[in-house]
Amino acid sequence: MNTTHYLVAGASHAGLEAVHRIRLVDETSPITLVTRDAHAPYSPTILPYVVSGQSAPERVVLRPADYFLQHNVTLISDNELVSIDETGKQVTLKSGDRWQYAKLLLATGADPIIPPIPGLSETPYHVLRTMQHAIDLRDHAGKVKRAVVLGAGLIGMHGAENLRHAGLDVTIVEMCDQVLPGYFDARAAAVIEHAFNANGIRMLMGSRVVRVEPLGDGCRITLENGDSLEADLLLVATGVKPQLDYLKGTSVQVDQGILVDRRMRTDAPHIWAAGDVAQAADFYGEEKVMMGILPDAVTQGAVAAMDMTEDHALKPYIGGVPINTYTFFGQQAISVGQSLADASLEELTRVDEDHGRYLKILLKENRLQGISSINQEMDAGIMWQLILRKVDLTPVKDAFIARPLETGRALMSSTWR
Amino acid sequence: MTAYNTIAFDPSRCELCNDCDACITACAQVKSGSDDPLYSRIKIVAGFNGNPPELALCRQCGDPECVKSCPSTALTKNPDTGLIDWEKSLCVDCLLCTVGCSYGGITYNATLKHVAKCDLCDGDPACVKACPSGALSYITSAGIFNEQHEREDLFVPGLSACQGCNSEMIMRHSLRKVGPDTVLATPPGCIPGMGSVGFNGTTGTKVPVFHPLLTNTASMLAGLKKQYNRMGRNVTAMALAGDGGAGDVGFQSLSGAAERNDQILFICVDNEGYMNTGMQASGSTSYGSWTTTTPVGSEMKGKRTSQKNLAMIMMNHNCEYVATASTAFVEDYYEKLDKALAASERGFAYLHIYSPCPTGWRFPSSQTIEVCRKGVETNFAPLWEYERGGDLHFTHPIDNPLPVEAYLNLSGKYRHVNAEQLACIQQQVNERVRTLKRYAGQ
Ligand SMILES: Cc1cc2nc3c(=O)[nH]c(=O)nc-3n(C[C@H](O)[C@H](O)[C@H](O)COP(=O)(O)OP(=O)(O)OC[C@H]3O[C@@H](n4cnc5c(N)ncnc54)[C@H](O)[C@@H]3O)c2cc1C
Ligand code: SF4
Ligand code: SF4
Repeated sequence: MNTTHYLVAGASHAGLEAVHRIRLVDETSPITLVTRDAHAPYSPTILPYVVSGQSAPERVVLRPADYFLQHNVTLISDNELVSIDETGKQVTLKSGDRWQYAKLLLATGADPIIPPIPGLSETPYHVLRTMQHAIDLRDHAGKVKRAVVLGAGLIGMHGAENLRHAGLDVTIVEMCDQVLPGYFDARAAAVIEHAFNANGIRMLMGSRVVRVEPLGDGCRITLENGDSLEADLLLVATGVKPQLDYLKGTSVQVDQGILVDRRMRTDAPHIWAAGDVAQAADFYGEEKVMMGILPDAVTQGAVAAMDMTEDHALKPYIGGVPINTYTFFGQQAISVGQSLADASLEELTRVDEDHGRYLKILLKENRLQGISSINQEMDAGIMWQLILRKVDLTPVKDAFIARPLETGRALMSSTWR
Repeated sequence: MTAYNTIAFDPSRCELCNDCDACITACAQVKSGSDDPLYSRIKIVAGFNGNPPELALCRQCGDPECVKSCPSTALTKNPDTGLIDWEKSLCVDCLLCTVGCSYGGITYNATLKHVAKCDLCDGDPACVKACPSGALSYITSAGIFNEQHEREDLFVPGLSACQGCNSEMIMRHSLRKVGPDTVLATPPGCIPGMGSVGFNGTTGTKVPVFHPLLTNTASMLAGLKKQYNRMGRNVTAMALAGDGGAGDVGFQSLSGAAERNDQILFICVDNEGYMNTGMQASGSTSYGSWTTTTPVGSEMKGKRTSQKNLAMIMMNHNCEYVATASTAFVEDYYEKLDKALAASERGFAYLHIYSPCPTGWRFPSSQTIEVCRKGVETNFAPLWEYERGGDLHFTHPIDNPLPVEAYLNLSGKYRHVNAEQLACIQQQVNERVRTLKRYAGQ
């Protein structure tokens, strides 16, 4: 039996931030970091750029080679958490090794959802979540011409654009009527769709795939309206979901992800969860939500680690705020917080058709609830803070509406000293 | 932990330039060869409702959120320079770093088509050089802290000074630099009071320390030094005394030692009063100050007499070395400490360090250094040095001093000061500078 004090499962944003935070206050207790991946730690967000060839896999390693040794962290790669004995405080890895822990952090992220489309399981297709996926997709894309991407969420859109950059003919098929729902309203989504069209990506919005079948080296995709498409390469990007088989037999409560409190504690003693695997407080409502974005994985990893180390500087998690800084074909769509107005919100919109600019501010009782923009300079981090801190904009409202960038900078800078 | 050089911003000075934007233009020029403010990595933003301007600039954070949000490893914290380095060839323009930053320190430039941030111009910041009002300054004292970090702190941990105490900082810095071959005298005052002279039968220092009377510090040190000289040992005889122990009760022995040019390093930590015994006024307490013996009521409005200028009095002894110093200007202080230490081998060296006291002066403990800085920048506490036989020399001349309110407004002890008193204080400041300038041959 191996023993460790901290056992962290998952070596991506949430897990790595937790390790970093633990070492800030606890220099000595053993940390063991287990990851399923055989590659040195990387960010899933970088993968589309690996596909296009812009980023080389060996140049996007999140920690220098000697980091783990230097910080006295035992890194176990290419292995996997398969079960937890919560009373005995032990985990079993895929290799059969068992580890005794004092505190366990689950930061195992999410895996692609494979939709139940008839024929899909018999057809070769790609997903995009790991470095190996990206390398496989890149190598395949280098040899073929036509790609179809299922899903116009973050992964699908990034994937499609980068396949286009790699020189392929790309078609996106999406069930919803708009791209990136939840982050952008219909107007912003239309600008994004337009750019995709203009750059030669076919957008089949509101289309449901009813069948997929192999065809030669590629596949044929049949839509609900009877149309069919042929592709050499199929990328399935219809969402992600945590893979939680290792929780069997534990008292950890699960809904869409692992349910955690504002300290990232699960319902089981000595077990925390953070990042894409966790379902945590929403900033806006009572229901716990899946965030699935990088900055939140970092924040949650930090909160978990601070609670695990009993760091008294811990501030409980304020709740998830959707954030998207989406760049596409040289343009930027940025959205922080709520993107859709409801009756309780004051909505202010500014459109500059000539320059393709757009700005929308949502306020509630003069406090920022959400802001989204297209091709406007925008400090997403400042807006995020204004929302989280519920800064009362009453004294500066006119200035904020006229010049959100400068006003936000002045507001936040004044908190610095 | 390594300390790093950094850019400091003083909004009250920035206000004086009427939106000159010189820093912004300088940055745009040096980084992109353009005058367009869009290219600047430093932004001055107007404050609202009459508030002073604010600075949006990369703070080169210690635990940077931008770096953590970066999926490509384009951003890294450089452990040698402290800079957050950005590597263009790795960046994928995802803008996630802008989510991490709460201060607008890294922003997207639509013309360059990538993010840009301050790199401190490789240690030669163009914006600072361009700033006409002195609002931006490049703080390079990090080197001192890194160097001092290697030396041993010769005071024990856990001294019971007040939070934000300037005197504790002065003591620790000074003795660390002077080194272990020292005999230290700390006459009654905050310094022994916080435990440095000892408690529970052990001393509060890692060098021999003693607690003379207020009256005889300099004479006891003079005798000790002579005895060490006889024994052939080179030991620094050092005093850390308050302004009362130096200039009031202890003055005759101090003056005598200076007159004889005894080999002593005498450091006066001037917090303008007897703070440890309940904030009574001393001869160094400045005109108008509230203390418990110069209260504010219907008749009295704080101290009625002016402070005596002990440093100038010491200069007139024509001893080896006399200088004033402030912890807001540590590089200046360290240079003077070096000179004073060397001078104390030849004769009497006297350092007068302004030591604003958060408890007795009534300002927040976080503001100690700011009060020190404003003291210097208003010319209330000018920085100068004098070497035997030479002229007085200003080490940090202030050509455009801030009005003295900028200093007085920071401390509760001047809260009651009326217009008449204010004019009087300003006049005293002006006169003092004029006198000093005469000594400087100006
Ligand atoms: C293509 C793509 C584009 C994206 N673009 C953006 C974007 O623009 N903006 C944004 O904010 N977010 C984006 N994201 C999402 C972002 O990458 C994730 O939110 C973030 O990576 C979550 O971090 P995490 O640490 O929680 O989990 P993950 O990054 O998913 O990491 C999970 C870790 O756990 C390991 N693991 C999994 N199972 C086990 C197990 N059983 N045992 C041990 N280890 C295990 C994995 O190997 C991995 O190391 C994108 C994601 C993808 C895939
Ligand atoms: S860019 Fe922002 S978060 Fe990054 S170091 Fe600078 S101030 Fe800190
Ligand atoms: S230091 Fe250089 S890069 Fe930084 S703001 Fe000043 S001029 Fe710009």
